Amino acid sequence: MEKVIDKKVLLKVDQLKQYFPVKTESIFKPKAFVKAVDDVSFELFEGETLSIVGESGCGKSTTGRAILRLDEPTDGKVYYSGQNILELNKKEMRKLRGDLQVIFQDPFASLNPRQTVKQILNEAMAIQNVVEKPKRMDRMLELLGYVGLPPEALDRYPHEFSGGQRQRIGIARALAVDPKLIICDEAVSALDVSIQAQILNLLKKLQKQFQLTFLFISHDLSVVRHISDRVMVMYLGKVVEIAEKKDLFDSPLHPYTKALLSSIPVPNPTLKRERVMLTGDVPSPIDPPTGCRFHTRCPFAVENCKQVEPALREIRNNHFVSCHRAEELAQ
Amino acid sequence: MSLEVKTEQPIVVPQSIIQPKESRLRDFLSIMMVNKAAMVGAIIILFYIFIAIFAPILAPYDPYEIQLENKLMPPSFEHWMGTDDKGRDILSRILYGSRLSMGVGFAAVAFGAFFGIIFGLVAGYYGKWVDSIIMRIMDVMLAFPGILLALAIISALGPSLINVTIAVGAFSVPLFARIVRGSTLEVKRLEYIDAIRSLGANDFTIIFKHIFPNILSPIIVQGTLRLATAILSAAGLSFLGLGAQPPSPEWGTMLSNGRDFLFSAPYIALFPGMAISILVLGFNIFGDGLRDAFDPRMKK
Repeated sequence: MEKVIDKKVLLKVDQLKQYFPVKTESIFKPKAFVKAVDDVSFELFEGETLSIVGESGCGKSTTGRAILRLDEPTDGKVYYSGQNILELNKKEMRKLRGDLQVIFQDPFASLNPRQTVKQILNEAMAIQNVVEKPKRMDRMLELLGYVGLPPEALDRYPHEFSGGQRQRIGIARALAVDPKLIICDEAVSALDVSIQAQILNLLKKLQKQFQLTFLFISHDLSVVRHISDRVMVMYLGKVVEIAEKKDLFDSPLHPYTKALLSSIPVPNPTLKRERVMLTGDVPSPIDPPTGCRFHTRCPFAVENCKQVEPALREIRNNHFVSCHRAEELAQ
Repeated sequence: MSLEVKTEQPIVVPQSIIQPKESRLRDFLSIMMVNKAAMVGAIIILFYIFIAIFAPILAPYDPYEIQLENKLMPPSFEHWMGTDDKGRDILSRILYGSRLSMGVGFAAVAFGAFFGIIFGLVAGYYGKWVDSIIMRIMDVMLAFPGILLALAIISALGPSLINVTIAVGAFSVPLFARIVRGSTLEVKRLEYIDAIRSLGANDFTIIFKHIFPNILSPIIVQGTLRLATAILSAAGLSFLGLGAQPPSPEWGTMLSNGRDFLFSAPYIALFPGMAISILVLGFNIFGDGLRDAFDPRMKK
């Protein structure tokens, strides 16, 4: 990954914030917020796969939804091809949605049970008006071919398919509008491991075929290792580390990333590994810890970590970490 | 790495993996068949619909024909259900009356469902202040007993069968609105709604093409149960003289007419009363059966 110069930024997320109000017991108390995503910034290059990993509740899915404006973000900017999409009005946004597609986690909930595959694909094309009416039938068959489904699938309803097949239908629907960026929100998490591999390979194949850019949201590190070019680790609504995949997996800098990586099971029982165990629970995002959000569970925390919030810094080439002691700990 | 499978290998799903086509309708019917009470309800309803359609053929006499020489005749072979105080054949009047009662019932429920569904969908989908305003108005309507609300509406509009339909429909609106709103909230958060939004569909398409078809089952159940109440309320209002006016053969009106002869000729009130009760019972048990059949927990 040395050819950084010719990479074009497709999506730039700048200080994205997503706060959800929570009900307070008394109307006199100040309003409390769940800071699901708090000041997240990153760039996504054309044609790459950036994965967002983290525990459940760290804000990775919320980030994806906020980028797509499925939930309107509280603050921040999202530039797509240089244009801030959070400023677009409803009509402009609708037009742009063809470029940004999403593949969901639950293949049983992501397809309308009352529509046949044909209606699902046809509607996607009709909404974005990407294919002329007479050509739609051919296009649908073509799409089914891309995702590995037989033409007979067209007249069937979602409940007649297995989970993996439904996920393929979801992928076909996303492809129907010729997207440039696809957000895969836990796209394989609900599938069996053998099916996961099939779908991941399908996604890789399609990426190559159509020069797609993926934002791949997952909690499964083996999946992330398989598909990503770069990886971004999130903890409690903040970015803790972004790096090239190899860099991150081989030499993680942030203590949280180290703990996360050491939790990957290794299929070799005789292999001795250094296991970083974390104690305690993830603190509440309503009232996050001061300073570094990880300091309550970090084995290396010092006084400074409790006071000052660390900024995301470039420690090595393209390796960003938000930790005060990153240099020390790297030794 | 267990996931390292060759990327280039073609991914083709054998056709046989696709499960055989199964019909939701057949599923549904098999559940209904098992539920005997629901079947009885369905047969009663179908029987009444049959009567309403073929009343002119089935009725032995003209329901309006006054034959004073035959008045207050008890049930006999000429007049199966006897005659009333003006010598009209009660059986013929009941047969024709089924058209009025069922017509009012269906029209009132259709009216209530139409507005209730729209209010419920809009409130549930948009949420926030739209939801608050619509649902508070519905709460106010619910706070009145239905029949009282209907009385108020009729006293404003004047007594007639059409006004009874409007009144009975109006007090069904909040019930439909509530059920539809609840189901809308449930369906709205499903991923396929997000998917269609991320494709750029407008609100109208999302609400009516993607949410509405998926909340039909509770609406159908509620509609069937409401039909029973609507028929009963309409008959009640006619009994009070606020709906159908004599000489029309509406069951409630006939019941009211028979009230004066309860001791001398009880059959004048008995048969219209039975006609109402059996039909209402039919809709109620059919509605209960539908609810069970649509309930996913009942599926094997």
